[in-house]
Amino acid sequence: MAHEHKLEIFRGLVKFKSNTSKIWGVLIFLTIVTAVEVVLGIYKPDMFMHTWMDPFEGGFFATIGNIILSPIVYMKPLNFIFIALTIVKAYYITWDFMHMRDETGSMRKMVVWTSVFLICYLIFILLQEGGYVFSVYNGADALIKKDF
Amino acid sequence: MDSTVASTGTEEKTWGGGNQPLKASYGKMMMWFFIVSDALTFSGFLAAYGFSRFKFINEWPIADEVFTHVPFLHGQELPMIYVAFMTFILIMSSVTMVLAVDAGHHMNKAKVTIYMFLTIIGGAIFVGSQAWEWATFIQGDYGAVQTKGGNILQFGEYVTVDGVEKFKRVSIEDLAIAQASERTAHERKNGLWFTEEATLPPYTVNEIYAGLVANENVLVRNQLLDENGHKTVLSRAESLSQIKENGKLVVKGANLQVNEYGTTLFADFFFFITGFHGFHVLSGVIINIIIFFNVILGTYERRGSYEMVEKVGLYWHFVDLVWVFVFTFFYLV
Repeated sequence: MAHEHKLEIFRGLVKFKSNTSKIWGVLIFLTIVTAVEVVLGIYKPDMFMHTWMDPFEGGFFATIGNIILSPIVYMKPLNFIFIALTIVKAYYITWDFMHMRDETGSMRKMVVWTSVFLICYLIFILLQEGGYVFSVYNGADALIKKDF
Repeated sequence: MDSTVASTGTEEKTWGGGNQPLKASYGKMMMWFFIVSDALTFSGFLAAYGFSRFKFINEWPIADEVFTHVPFLHGQELPMIYVAFMTFILIMSSVTMVLAVDAGHHMNKAKVTIYMFLTIIGGAIFVGSQAWEWATFIQGDYGAVQTKGGNILQFGEYVTVDGVEKFKRVSIEDLAIAQASERTAHERKNGLWFTEEATLPPYTVNEIYAGLVANENVLVRNQLLDENGHKTVLSRAESLSQIKENGKLVVKGANLQVNEYGTTLFADFFFFITGFHGFHVLSGVIINIIIFFNVILGTYERRGSYEMVEKVGLYWHFVDLVWVFVFTFFYLV
């Protein structure tokens, strides 16, 4: 039962001789990414601790702009880096360890597009509502008291 | 057979069912189907965690202050190190799993056996590490006082280390001054036999308050985060009045009802999400053991295909994939 493997990662930048050496190569890459995350998590460089952009003020279009740019406007750059690196790791685990790279294109799309769409939808709704509940709890006219 | 099975003569045509457009076997597709639905379950949990965190965004516990312990390095504050080790173990066991799948493609029984064995060991180390992590979290660190409103007040003092002023936490054991107390835990044998009471807290609020009065440099820290992401430290006068007027319960460690590190929701989600993931790892280890014995018995050798190893491998990598996200959202962000 001979299986064909695609042996290129990073869009053909690195090409391995055998599937085994590709696996070890991906392990090294994932380890480096995790190490970068851990070092950033321990030292927390100051430049990544504050947002680089303030939210837009104004009407409807400012709100739309804030929603579109919410990862930059509302998120600390450090957290943005962590999430981006996590998605990079998830990509290589799925593509090389789970052999998604060797499946047909339609199979890949069935799995990835479905879950990415539903998860984005879920995250948007829950985080939006979480922020709303925060504003209800902590607004100037909040009726709730927690500090007693 | 011709008399029982209707033969349409179109099996080889696209709509006759004679081809496999995705070029994947039924079993593999069903495993992917399960993985997608399980991924949605986990993202539901993590998004719910995000909801609760956004709800209490200005007072959520700082993970680096909660998970600081490493086995055998007692008393040192080393955030991230232990959980990075756990992550590495799980990625490593994913690698041995994919090597087992690769050896299976070459019908190499000896190699599949070795790599499956190493995968099981990796999974067992991970589950054990998680048990230790839970035990440390449940046992707690410095202890705290919970107010009537459910807020957590922690203790500490300013010390200068290498010229930098730092807020160093003080544990309730060092603070409390023992006092005579008439309150004893209710047991079945000396009261109503049909009610029970959980263990009483180690100290009473009055004992902590007496200790706070006696130690003049100890201050109280509440959970509100300032603009630099640090918890707010109260003044001496405020510290005393907060404990005296609002303190209700001394808390040590964390469980589903109280949490010395901050809001109880943090502990609830920690137990629920890492517990659900740990349950996946445990079932993965059990399935791996079954497959391991099947490999040894030669089941797949006789079947002529090691595809079962590949299907279980998909599940095992998925468990690793979930951990990558749990790691990010519980320990990093």
